Amino acid sequence: MSEPTIRIQKIKKDTVKTRLIIFGILALILLFCSVFCEHLTPYDPYLQDLKNAKAPPSPEHLFGTDRYGRDMLSRVIVGSKTSIFSTLLLVGIVTVLGTMVGVFCGWHGKWIDTVLMRISDMFLAFPGLVFAMAVAGVLGGGLQNAIIALVAISWPKYARIARSQTLAQKETPYLKAARLSGSGTWKIIFKHILPNIVGPIFVTSMLDIGTMMMELAGLSFLGLGAKPPTAEWGSMMSDARSLLSSVPWVTLAPGFAIFVSVMIFNLLGDTIRDYADPKSRGR
Amino acid sequence: MDQAILKVDNLTKVFSRKGKPDFTAVDHISFTMHPGECVGLIGESGSGKTTVVNMITRLLDPTEGSIILGGEDITRFSGRELRKVYARMQMVFQTPTDSFDPRCTLGDGIGESLRNNGWSRKETKDEVTRLLEMCGLSADFASRYPHQVSGGQCQRAAIARALAIKPRLLICDEATSSLDVTIQKEIIALLNKLRWEKGSDLSILFICHDIALVQQFCNRVLVLYKGKIVEQGEPDEVIRNPQDPYTRHLIDSIL
Ligand SMILES: Nc1ncnc2c1ncn2[C@@H]1O[C@H](COP(=O)(O)OP(=O)(O)OP(=O)(O)O)[C@@H](O)[C@H]1O
Ligand SMILES: [Mg+2]
Repeated sequence: MSEPTIRIQKIKKDTVKTRLIIFGILALILLFCSVFCEHLTPYDPYLQDLKNAKAPPSPEHLFGTDRYGRDMLSRVIVGSKTSIFSTLLLVGIVTVLGTMVGVFCGWHGKWIDTVLMRISDMFLAFPGLVFAMAVAGVLGGGLQNAIIALVAISWPKYARIARSQTLAQKETPYLKAARLSGSGTWKIIFKHILPNIVGPIFVTSMLDIGTMMMELAGLSFLGLGAKPPTAEWGSMMSDARSLLSSVPWVTLAPGFAIFVSVMIFNLLGDTIRDYADPKSRGR
Repeated sequence: MDQAILKVDNLTKVFSRKGKPDFTAVDHISFTMHPGECVGLIGESGSGKTTVVNMITRLLDPTEGSIILGGEDITRFSGRELRKVYARMQMVFQTPTDSFDPRCTLGDGIGESLRNNGWSRKETKDEVTRLLEMCGLSADFASRYPHQVSGGQCQRAAIARALAIKPRLLICDEATSSLDVTIQKEIIALLNKLRWEKGSDLSILFICHDIALVQQFCNRVLVLYKGKIVEQGEPDEVIRNPQDPYTRHLIDSIL
């Protein structure tokens, strides 16, 4: 009876590992593209060629050209820089900021914890994207403000996770032992608490990359993020949507890029979660 | 010279729980420990032993009462002041494996108090080796992680950690309960050796629920029952002639 169970666990572990490798490589390819995008474009993404405008996909222009005759493939590749980097930057900021607030609240406790957690409840009570639109609207458009708006709505989730993890850590005997060793607050936080809580927080941020990318592109689509002529997928789609019926590829190309990237990052996040979960690893 | 190393006065802990009445885990206990003395604290599971020592080490705030360590009232200490106190008082925790950070090596854990008191990395490393050997472990245990050693080995490492800073008061919270009898004997032998070496420089508060062990190891015994000290005196005396019905029950159930 036990042998089949072991076998299943082993197979499961192996598939998780394979998935991790596959999606890891795919994500790395995406990152590679966005880092070296200038060198990978077949044409100059900003070069207008009105003779060749609105050309449908063809062997020369795989994704066709837009209404100014710019090569869509090149524009999508260049757009990856803004889209992927701002997403990673956004996730990075949110993770660090949220974790800092959460660990501080969990460790310090008392009134400051109550105040900060009530504030985070307030943020959580709003529907996220609507609130982000309001914030971005007040701050005015621009990629920077879109990022600020999304940071404002996303940090509470991380603060919650970090706080509850910190509270759990605080009760562990090894943390008490560290206090008894005369370690100060900073040493305890950086040497004992953070290393023990980064796992779940990291998994959450990996799972959030896809969502954040969508939300950032969404804000740009609504004109609250990156502004044309900057090549950014959301604003590119928005730019061409009036011509959707006549030249659909101009909208579909960046849409496809968003779809693929979000998919890859989501699957990678899922896989990392499975991998980090000891139960699915069958130890 | 005969100043008490530890004086506990009317120490009380009331846990307030949501939706239930308050629970008094420790109820106005007072006792004194003298330099070089070894005091046993016995009582059944849930009688409040761990709560008492957590308050003495200030890991838990007392509801009432005072703790005086070497003439200094530490009941309200916090931050830097409290950290200084930990150079004189150390504890071996009830669960050895859980008392080491799973992401740090045993060596890191043992040397942490030394590093915090300004020892260099090199000095700390040598001292950790010496401590490990004193506690019957080889030097290579310093680079192991808690899950890579057995419970007994972890317990020895925990004792090594508690002794690193050369405390005047050592609290052992059931330091031997999670171990089998032979290892238990070795740990007791180790503690006995320490007592002989240090003389009046080391006092031990020894928590245990094995009255026989307390009899051979301690100068004095306190019997805790439902958060109150119901009896205290020399172990032989208490065992031969228990005054309190609970103590009698405890002794009867073992002998
Ligand atoms: N944080 C807490 N909140 C509420 N009740 C608590 C808390 N900590 C301990 N208690 C209660 O206080 C009582 C004493 O607990 P304590 O851990 O001191 O017992 P103990 O004598 O050390 O037992 P053991 O021999 O099992 O270690 C128990 O009834 C326990 O349920
Ligand atoms: Mg206990």
